[in-house]
Amino acid sequence: MATDTIKTGEAADELSLVRAAKAGNIEAFEQLIRRYDRNVFRIAQHITQNREDAEDVVQDAFLKAFQNLAGFQEQSKFYTWLVRIAVNEALMKLRRRRTGKLVSLDEDVQTEDDSVPREVADWSPNPEQLYNRAELKEILDKTIQGLPPGFRSVFVLRDVEGLSTEETAEALDLSIPAVKSRLLRARLQLRNRLTKFFRQRQQPENGRNN
Amino acid sequence: MTCSEFLQELTDYLDGIIDAPTRAELEEHLTWCRDCFVICNTTQMTIQIYRNSELYELPEDLRTRLRSAILTKCKHQEKAEEPASSPSESSSNSQT
Repeated sequence: MATDTIKTGEAADELSLVRAAKAGNIEAFEQLIRRYDRNVFRIAQHITQNREDAEDVVQDAFLKAFQNLAGFQEQSKFYTWLVRIAVNEALMKLRRRRTGKLVSLDEDVQTEDDSVPREVADWSPNPEQLYNRAELKEILDKTIQGLPPGFRSVFVLRDVEGLSTEETAEALDLSIPAVKSRLLRARLQLRNRLTKFFRQRQQPENGRNN
Repeated sequence: MTCSEFLQELTDYLDGIIDAPTRAELEEHLTWCRDCFVICNTTQMTIQIYRNSELYELPEDLRTRLRSAILTKCKHQEKAEEPASSPSESSSNSQT
């Protein structure tokens, strides 16, 4: 077995793991799955907005990555390459669900522009404490679901997963200016929509008016 | 600098990837424009809230199940590619 030369666990160097996996070392590939499965799941769930589809995407993306490891040129990070595969798999899922209609991340991007700030009310200093965990999760989920897929994906990769602008552009097959413009609009739209929940209230006592 | 010019630069400003002269102009704008100050502040909070949120976390049992399914498929795939050296092999789950 070829594990003698590679370390496993958190400290293992990613490139060594990738090279070992390329050479057919399944344990090394398992380490890569452990490292990134949560991220791939989050991205898939954000794009498909469907839990079962997201589970399928995790499986399909890692399998596809394993099958195509030989073609990974090591010029980008393994994670960026994996995200690109996962995004494509997630879009294919969306397409199948919409009975063959072509789905791209450009869909709906040109429609209404509610990124122009309408609500400039200041927020409560600790907005996350205004709601309990389940309520907050529901608010955040509904709010992000309202964004067009092309904005949502950019926001998730950049702001939630922490990819750089360049990596996001590569993963989504977009230009850098397109990533920047979508990110700005996504952030402003989310901010606008969250303001109605988090704005500073005049009367703090029992002040939830929906 | 106008408010719409400020907004155009907001993303780079929040990401800290802006040149010093532009940063100075933006910060000067923030000193007198309360609306942009609020927008800047609440947009930063928006990012932070989503970053902190555990929206769509993968539960540990599902993680284990998915990982095992992926690995089974990968092993299966490897075997399919290997030249058949032991044709009578029917079940082996201890591939090394």
